[in-house]
Amino acid sequence: MRQGSHSLLIKRGHLIDPAARVDAPMDLLLRDGQVAEVAWPGKIKGSADEKFDARGLIVAPGFIDLHVHLREPGQSYKETIATGTAAGAAGGFTSVCCMPNTQPVVDSPEWVAWLQKPERGAVVNLFPMAAATKASKGAVLTDYRALQRAGAVAVTDDGKPILGDEIMREALRLGAELNFPIIQHAEDTRATEHCSMNEGPTSFRLGMRGMKASAEASIVERDVGLAQQFNGARLHVAHLSTSDALKVVRRAKRNKTRVTCEVTPHHFSLSDSDIADYDTNFKMNPPLRSGSDREALLVALADGTVDAIATDHAPHASHEKEVEFERAAFGITGLETALGLAITKLHREQRIPLTRIVELFTVGPARVLDLRGRGTLTRGSHADVTIFDSKKRWTFEAARSRSKARNTPFDQWQLTGKAIATIVSGRFAFRAD
Amino acid sequence: MRNAARGSLLDIGHLKPEEIVGLLNSARRMNPQKPRPLLKGARVLLLFYEPSTRTRSSFEIAAKSLGAMTTLVQAGGSSIEKGESLLDTSYTLRALGADMVVVRHPNAGAPALMSRHLDIPVINAGDGMHEHPSQALLDAYTILRHKKTLKNLQVGIIGDIYHSRVARSAIHLLSKFGAKITLCGPPEFLPEVATTLAPNLHITRTVEDAIRSADVIMLLRVQKERLAGMKISLVDYISRYQITSSRLKLAKKDAILMHPGPIIRGLELAGEVADSPQSVILEEVRNGVPVRMAILARAFTRRRA
Repeated sequence: MRQGSHSLLIKRGHLIDPAARVDAPMDLLLRDGQVAEVAWPGKIKGSADEKFDARGLIVAPGFIDLHVHLREPGQSYKETIATGTAAGAAGGFTSVCCMPNTQPVVDSPEWVAWLQKPERGAVVNLFPMAAATKASKGAVLTDYRALQRAGAVAVTDDGKPILGDEIMREALRLGAELNFPIIQHAEDTRATEHCSMNEGPTSFRLGMRGMKASAEASIVERDVGLAQQFNGARLHVAHLSTSDALKVVRRAKRNKTRVTCEVTPHHFSLSDSDIADYDTNFKMNPPLRSGSDREALLVALADGTVDAIATDHAPHASHEKEVEFERAAFGITGLETALGLAITKLHREQRIPLTRIVELFTVGPARVLDLRGRGTLTRGSHADVTIFDSKKRWTFEAARSRSKARNTPFDQWQLTGKAIATIVSGRFAFRAD
Repeated sequence: MRNAARGSLLDIGHLKPEEIVGLLNSARRMNPQKPRPLLKGARVLLLFYEPSTRTRSSFEIAAKSLGAMTTLVQAGGSSIEKGESLLDTSYTLRALGADMVVVRHPNAGAPALMSRHLDIPVINAGDGMHEHPSQALLDAYTILRHKKTLKNLQVGIIGDIYHSRVARSAIHLLSKFGAKITLCGPPEFLPEVATTLAPNLHITRTVEDAIRSADVIMLLRVQKERLAGMKISLVDYISRYQITSSRLKLAKKDAILMHPGPIIRGLELAGEVADSPQSVILEEVRNGVPVRMAILARAFTRRRA
């Protein structure tokens, strides 16, 4: 992507690298796309092409988002790889994984390759996820070997869960053979037809059909059971949102099943009772859940059950959102608010240590996908770095988002914690003004 | 995005008790036989995305009794059929010079959406399973013609509460004034979560318990198609929940029987019950006009305050 020798010295920052158990003032030298040296402040000798003074800031491995919708190919009126990754960079993400539910569905090695072409204009690392079944129809598996070779990091039919037991078993079996993660959007869609929010007092009051929490837990339970049949199967539960599903994951992890899960910032920040006035910026799938589900997520984020925070960044055009709630598209944007929400809601309100939050953005997601040399800043790792101010108070303004879309419930929210610089392969992808 | 224009009526849930009292008092001063030109020259748009007989004609008669011009726009035979969005239709009606819009829509929250984008009052004539505020107001008006107060009144609401916007609005209104409400129906029509809607709600699965010592019995329409997918059969439903003359005797002697219509004789109620002296079903229809006159008058006079 970028040519020639280049070095960048990040000094006087506070390094948090949970994978290396580092939580101390450290200087960092990046050279030619790799971490060249990590040392106590002032101990790195010699000159660098560029220097960054990170005094008062946290220096962390580059954040990885396991779940974003960049809408290409086919839906560039919502978002493009260029605008979506720019929003990612502004939010502190150095790597994003894009979902295959595009038009057409990314279910061939050709499309996986297409996504990674320089012409797409990605400003951060882009890791494609491919469809688990042809056209995500849940009937015929895609060619996992070829997709993996083309650069796909996992397969998923996100948004269209794999319901058939046989096909899911086959996906996990083949995934185990190839060491390829299968990501499931856990929702029994047979039980959630015509539903646009979570079932509970709020859906009853608003007069809208509600999705039962059990529609998520039952699929997680089924998938865990199937994954246990194959040594080496890797099951990842996308945007887990209910207390019941968490129980299943917790039990599976205790039994040494290789199951991982992610939680979104909106699910740990909001609950269904926040849906006021039929505001469609509060409509997403899985939906905002009950207050007790949210509390269970907070516990699981703190105690290690959750592996990663993932945004499920889902941009839409305004004409798809400014309609009747029941007719509106599911999904909200999330790349630029994730860090601020994590620090505000998890660190400041819940007292979850910063090291754990950094873990959820870095080594956690890197392990889910086995991304070698990412999610840490040990010597020789990729030079992906997120530098953030954990104390900065700021107001998120949707109108100034780098994303093409404005569909967020967090417009005008006061947040604490903001990315100051995002470094991808040793170069700045974003620098705060 | 903006707040709803003053004079809008989107739901009962957010209405203050004094606003409800104000509307009911105003309705008592309205007389469809003696037109008052309170809305002279006003254009009232009736936007109906769902079929409706009584609500639509009731609003229309109310508007005309106040001297307004009305225009009916229905989903069939308009640009709505061609895929125009609710907001674009709303802007179009505004551009045509509408002073207020009365809207009936199959989706919950559709009037709220319109009200956030329009500078004229929006009146909810029923939105999905959410609310039907003018029905609740006319029901309160009707009850108060027979009972002194809503406070401590025993009200049994029976039937398909889950799918009913009439039930939600009635529950909000009656609860605000301290009525004691018993809800009755099979679980598919009445999930336990219903009790969270308002204070003082109780659930029973036995229709006799809902009727016994009641001052007011409020029946809801039961759609046969909905029973199709349920555990309970049509025959069982009728035997367990239908209001018959003998069941009606369990209520207080001066109890009134209400139904928002359309009624299905032989399903939720026996034919003779509909025609019994205790039935106020047609009176409800009649009272709809002055109540809707009050709603429209409030909308028009408050719109630019």
